[in-house]
Amino acid sequence: MTRYVLMRLIQGVITVWFIATATFFVMHNIPGNPLQNEKAVSEQVQKKLEEKYGLDKNVVVQYGIYMWNMIRGDFGLSFKQEERPVNKIIAERFPVSAILGVLAIVIAGMGGVLWGALTALYRNRWPDVVIIILVILGISVPSFVFATVGQLGIVVANRMLGFELLPVAGWGTIWHMLVPALVLGLGTMAFLTRLMRTSMLEIVNADYIRTARSKGVPVAQIFAKHQFRNAILPVVTVLGPSIAAITTGGFVVENVFAIPGLGRTFVEAVQQSDYTVIMGTTVFYGAFLVLMVIVVDLVYALIDPRVRLQ
Amino acid sequence: MVDAVQAPKSSVSTSSVWQLVKYALLALLLMFVLLTSLHFVTLRLGIGTESHAAVDFENNSITLNLGSEPPQLDSTRSTDMVSGQVLGHVMEGLIRYGPNNEILPGMATSWEVSELKGTFYLREDAFWSDGTPVTAHDFVFAWQTVLKPETASQYSFILYPLKNAEAIDNEEMAVETLGATALNDYTLQVDLEQPTPYFIKLLAFFTYLPINEEFYNSRERKYGTNAEDLIYNGPFVISKWQHGSRLRLEKNHTYWNKEETLLDAIDFGYILSDPTATINLFATEKIVMAGLQAENIERALANGWPIKEHVDGSVFYLGFNHREERPSSNRNLRKAIQLVCDPEELVYKVLKTPGNRPGESIFPVWLKGVEGLFRDEYPAPKHERNIELAQQYLANALNELGLAEPPRLTFLTGDSEFSTKHAEYYQNLFKQNLGIEVRIDQQTFSQRLAKMTSGDYDIVAAGWGPDYDDVLTFGDLFTSWNLNNRGLFKNDELDRNVQIAQQSSDARTRMEAMDRVQHILYEEAAIIFEYERGSSYVADDRVQGITRRAVGTDPDFTRAYLVKPETE
Repeated sequence: MTRYVLMRLIQGVITVWFIATATFFVMHNIPGNPLQNEKAVSEQVQKKLEEKYGLDKNVVVQYGIYMWNMIRGDFGLSFKQEERPVNKIIAERFPVSAILGVLAIVIAGMGGVLWGALTALYRNRWPDVVIIILVILGISVPSFVFATVGQLGIVVANRMLGFELLPVAGWGTIWHMLVPALVLGLGTMAFLTRLMRTSMLEIVNADYIRTARSKGVPVAQIFAKHQFRNAILPVVTVLGPSIAAITTGGFVVENVFAIPGLGRTFVEAVQQSDYTVIMGTTVFYGAFLVLMVIVVDLVYALIDPRVRLQ
Repeated sequence: MVDAVQAPKSSVSTSSVWQLVKYALLALLLMFVLLTSLHFVTLRLGIGTESHAAVDFENNSITLNLGSEPPQLDSTRSTDMVSGQVLGHVMEGLIRYGPNNEILPGMATSWEVSELKGTFYLREDAFWSDGTPVTAHDFVFAWQTVLKPETASQYSFILYPLKNAEAIDNEEMAVETLGATALNDYTLQVDLEQPTPYFIKLLAFFTYLPINEEFYNSRERKYGTNAEDLIYNGPFVISKWQHGSRLRLEKNHTYWNKEETLLDAIDFGYILSDPTATINLFATEKIVMAGLQAENIERALANGWPIKEHVDGSVFYLGFNHREERPSSNRNLRKAIQLVCDPEELVYKVLKTPGNRPGESIFPVWLKGVEGLFRDEYPAPKHERNIELAQQYLANALNELGLAEPPRLTFLTGDSEFSTKHAEYYQNLFKQNLGIEVRIDQQTFSQRLAKMTSGDYDIVAAGWGPDYDDVLTFGDLFTSWNLNNRGLFKNDELDRNVQIAQQSSDARTRMEAMDRVQHILYEEAAIIFEYERGSSYVADDRVQGITRRAVGTDPDFTRAYLVKPETE
């Protein structure tokens, strides 16, 4: 077990190193750089700027310096939010994205499992049909549509009620989180619902269910202990990548609801070619995702006694 | 009752459903616990917006949205409009602009300016927010800092009228030789490199703002990065700056003219760029002003919001790549393209948002001329769409270029939805009328700039906003020495005329030279005038005294005040 975890961690470090290296060189090879501005500057000023930020050095040397600093846990200073350390930016912004992400993933996970189980119980009857139509909508409609519609919904509700039920945008209290988290989790919830439904229906015909039934186990117990628990396993498997998708995919939602999260910071950095922030967030997210996948694998072993970690 | 587990198709086991309901209740409970704990975590982190009403009569304050966050607020290094807007509320230079763009005394109460020299007499009742007086040294220090190599200021060029400024910027002379001297604490003497008739108008620009040397040095490199790393001499101070979410301004009680500041606080409570989300905030009375895009105009009309228009001062045009190896360097080809374009069609049928104005010249209509407005005194070149003539020009161009078919052109533009629509309009226009194939190249901002600089395009969608209130802010754009002339247009007559306007102190001579410039640009089809940008916006009627400007702080809330609506 320890050996397994250790191996996975080493693999993870290699993955992150690879991500960092690839990002670094791709980033430096696309046209444009963070020192460019609408108003052109003289060669002298350009040179001064490049010297100040170390961009006058050879790319390989820059890579070496960057990697050395990164190993020591220093992501450098932002180019655009001048003089602000990237570490500090991540430390400020990530908790916001994480809170939103946790909430979204819990909504998606619990909702998906429950709706999925419900559709399986009511297979081919109206609750099943209604939910499956909603699932198709949830999977196919992009999140920026949900975000806009969700926000408009708050506006209309507030106006009809005559008082502020939920804030339209912003961050800071429980009320600010509800709709953004729901919007963020909706796609994943739809996907998990479908997965849970399929998995439930597959298990209905399994041998151990028939055995349990013939032993005279009460229906509710068969449902809870055998069918439901076993059906959840595939859901747990995809939860890892889903956490990835949700915590990084928050850009649109963060943008529409004016949430000061890391997803928004990342996309803005890409648009402005803010090298250090792009690198910092990419490496940070990369490490975070690798870690999440490892954690999910470990959790899997806990739920499913058949899985042995080697 | 048949068990669902055995025969799922027939009927549903109620006991299984009950089990599921139990799970659901458990899930809800868990959700509740999670929400509550996340709520407290968020409160502890202290990141967030406090939800205020758009207009708060009790605290005499307003709430606004900021389109983006200022990268930092060190005036020697600022470049963007949002930083300019915030600095315009918390700092003050030697002069300031009044509600009608007239020049008013700021830190200087009076001044004498001759051809090569200026003397500014500073007020003795001006203080920084920490109580120290604002002196002539603060200006000398700030201007020298702009030109220091370690500052690497991108706006240093705006200081070039000062004696030796350009040489210092190029590290050929020491910063101490700059033509700005504090004769005593309250007298500032300025020496100019050459006669600069518009010098006084430059002084309101943020790069010319003063900085307190002692405070600047005490913050080392962090000056301007946080609310507590700045001191202020303007109508407001920044009382709170939460990166990514909020910037709050409060009335500065050490400001010399505080009687004219009528609001107690301006709260930029949101940092949000999404236009529809901004309108939603306005609709729920969370902010007092919101920009209107085409997609939200109907909604504004349906709600009966008062729609206002504002000329934001910038001019948009299609720039050609004049490098020899490009087909767009051929004048006949450019003329052909020019003659199929119709700015009115573009503005009224493609852009559609109210406020824009068809482009006729590089000089927008609001610029001042000799006595009145420049464009009234010197009308823009006449333009009319003429497809037949355009095709003749095209035939000549193909002849000169030795081509059998019209060349394929690359149209470089931005990555927004608007850019797509705009580029596709021209793609169609050129294809239908001239048979020219256009390849649209959409790039992010910095990549587009890189391609413009390296010359990797034929036509580019470009624009220019004014830095100061004089014709030259647009007039020198296409001189051979201007680095922003990224298409490398070169015309000796134009260069000569710009030099005249830079040095002459006679208004008429200057304006006549600029009139030549607008005609040369049209005759040579150096660029194609598209539109003067105007914006439409909705604003809360309970806030009055907001100034919109083409040059300088915009929107300007320094003189804004609240008006209680009459009770019904």
